[in-house]
Amino acid sequence: MTALLELRDIRKSFGPIEILHGVNFALHPGEVHALIGENGAGKSTMMKILGGYLAPSEGQVLLEGQPAPFRSGPEAEAQGVVVIHQEFNLAQDLTVADNIFLGREKGGFFLNHRAQRLAAKALLEQLECGVDPDARIRDLKVSDRQMVEIAKALSRQARVLIMDEPSAVLTHREVDILFRQIDRLRSAGVALLYTSHRLEEISHLADRITVLRDGTVVRQALRGELSEDGMATAMVGRDLSDIYPPRRTPSDEVVLEVQGFSVPPLVQDISFTLRRGEVLGISGLVGAGRSELAEGLVGLRPHSGRIARHGKEIQIRSLIEAERAGLAYLTEDRKERGLLLGKGLRENLTLSTLPRFGTPLISRAKEEAALTQAISDFDIRAPSRAMAAGNLSGGNQQKLLLAKTMLPAPDVVIIDEPTRGIDIGTKSQIYHFIDRLAREGRSVIVISSDMPEILGLSDRVLVMRQGRLAGTLTGEAITDTAVVRLIMGTSDTEAPNPETTQEAAAHV
Amino acid sequence: MSKISFSALGPILALLLLIVLGAYLNSNFLSGGNITNVLARSAFIGIIAVGMTFVIASGGIDLSVGSMAAFIAGMMILAMNQLIPSLGIGVPLVLVGMAVALLIGLTAGLLNGLLVTKAGIEPFIVTLGTMGIFRSLVTWMSDGGTISLDFEARQFYRPVYFEGVFGIVWPIIVFAVVAVLGQIIMRNTRFGRYTEAIGSNDKVARYSAVKVERMVTLTYVFLGLLVGLAVIIYVPRLGSASGSTGQLWELEAIAAVIIGGTAMKGGYGRVWGTVVGVLILSLIDNILNLADLVSPYLNGAIQGVIIVLAVVLQRRKSPAEGR
Repeated sequence: MTALLELRDIRKSFGPIEILHGVNFALHPGEVHALIGENGAGKSTMMKILGGYLAPSEGQVLLEGQPAPFRSGPEAEAQGVVVIHQEFNLAQDLTVADNIFLGREKGGFFLNHRAQRLAAKALLEQLECGVDPDARIRDLKVSDRQMVEIAKALSRQARVLIMDEPSAVLTHREVDILFRQIDRLRSAGVALLYTSHRLEEISHLADRITVLRDGTVVRQALRGELSEDGMATAMVGRDLSDIYPPRRTPSDEVVLEVQGFSVPPLVQDISFTLRRGEVLGISGLVGAGRSELAEGLVGLRPHSGRIARHGKEIQIRSLIEAERAGLAYLTEDRKERGLLLGKGLRENLTLSTLPRFGTPLISRAKEEAALTQAISDFDIRAPSRAMAAGNLSGGNQQKLLLAKTMLPAPDVVIIDEPTRGIDIGTKSQIYHFIDRLAREGRSVIVISSDMPEILGLSDRVLVMRQGRLAGTLTGEAITDTAVVRLIMGTSDTEAPNPETTQEAAAHV
Repeated sequence: MSKISFSALGPILALLLLIVLGAYLNSNFLSGGNITNVLARSAFIGIIAVGMTFVIASGGIDLSVGSMAAFIAGMMILAMNQLIPSLGIGVPLVLVGMAVALLIGLTAGLLNGLLVTKAGIEPFIVTLGTMGIFRSLVTWMSDGGTISLDFEARQFYRPVYFEGVFGIVWPIIVFAVVAVLGQIIMRNTRFGRYTEAIGSNDKVARYSAVKVERMVTLTYVFLGLLVGLAVIIYVPRLGSASGSTGQLWELEAIAAVIIGGTAMKGGYGRVWGTVVGVLILSLIDNILNLADLVSPYLNGAIQGVIIVLAVVLQRRKSPAEGR
């Protein structure tokens, strides 16, 4: 069987740095081929080459056995090679229908809005997505936006469909719909490329698996040949049995006490204590007010209630006051709130603690020393110290952000979604960093939607529901079902509404 | 940064090219008199453009600087004329005049800054508004004509533009000092670092404990002060102000900033590049006036081509964008 789309001995360099070292890869009609690998392994680069968005430095792209040097994404698309981008690639102010047909509008000189609307509606119905074709993308939920991206790709009559982590922002129900569409396309003879960090999806979907590590294909397998553990091991290149660090014993010393804390209108009347050397997990649905609670605690949002450090009541009205009180917050949104993607590592590292690096002139030498220290403390793997933070892989960006947050040496760190969009190897590393912080006598609050992470890390778990504290679990009582029960409020009399149940299932 | 990029080198090459061209076309081009003339006349725009670099690097824009300069000049002259009876003509009068210029510059910049940060209005709109306000005020103050400094006071003040030390006139000295300080402030102080951080992503800056509103306001105040400083060396040149003083200065300053390699969308400021940009614009003007090659009336067209070309050449994006 000849491959529909094939990469042969592909090398790709950005400047002096080679990202792909001679990759061979083939997509066959009627097959789902999963591409997995850690962040920074070169998956995105490979997909961009397949989709025509990047040209390889060496090697060939073959379409049906013929060399196909695509010069652009649209050119590849004209040949039937379509990429489903992640949801943020839509034009925010255009409608759903306009986005789906962007660049291939229906009608002649004047647009045929009616035809576009009807066609868009039909596509969305195929995806069981109730979004109005006239809605603006800006007003849609993230998961609906992803569904629009999928609809857009389906409208292109693809022979090859490349999917870049399409399920990352979808709920459970939507993932099921997506899988049904994938099955339909597979039996229609489309060649599919699928990537995801969720390995259970891979073993469910993939007919063929390629594992990429550091720009090299390290393993190729057919359905059933590779277990999820096997995939993880192949991706990381070592055994991951110790992904979570062993438990610590926190001391009894209370370092932070929060009482009747509210961040109107999202967080109401939260009280808890935090002990020295403790990792406190905060679980709950997206929208339960967890990030808002954290942002209130560090003075980023107006709040009311009592905060005491070591028994002494304090006021935190700004990040500067939070830093003075020994509190730090690591945001969940590292690309939009955490790092300046266009700036270098040094500028990012020192941005929030710049006064420590000299007045009135900033000492470059001190900054460089801090960067050297951070690179070794947090194992930041950067090909060059002068590179922009946005060119680091997701995992290394997160390590840099962690280093930045820890630069003022806070006693209490709140880490919001420590491992979102990060591969398993780096995840484990970050868990061990968190453990190290706790063993050094700091206290860590981990907010996470990732259930295994909450269970694997926390000495104690707070569960929030609709802005309130739903319950606290300690030690042996921290189990999957106990947390889910609190998240859903099933022990309460009120019945959870079906929509939130779906969301919960997707995030658990 | 060990590597010198093409985009950083481009403006310097263009400048060198212009110097060679000028020297080739006219033997007077490299004479001391001509060089002094070119540099002194670029000083006003240059000083303002250094401040503009900060505003643009923070993601803003200030269209009001030309009108602001006219307004400050008018106010400064009126104040000095008023004070002649009490202070007499001498150093105190000039010092008071300078203080007035700086104070009004600071206030005008503060007004722009607060409208942008506190009222949350787009910088383009705010400064489009204040541009009209300042321009109209100076026309009104001069009753449509010219506001002139008292003749004797003018004679006393003249040396500030026409003389200097070690054979270098004051405007050039002030411009050079502002440029060097501007570069140091941008590269080596918190103010500069925060300015660039806010321009690249103000949310990240806010989450990094940067006082975003205060810093943005400060960039406009800094620019206002520099406009005041530019006026201080402009007034002794002609000794008058009118409704047409400082016209299009804002566009020349912005053009110089862009030619120098500062990103229009903010996030990166290059003060020395701005200085090179100012010199390029003045040299084109100067060469056209000295050589008969092209009509000086085409000056604007050539400058326009240079601006567009500069941006095109700088648009060589780094490869691994977005991941």
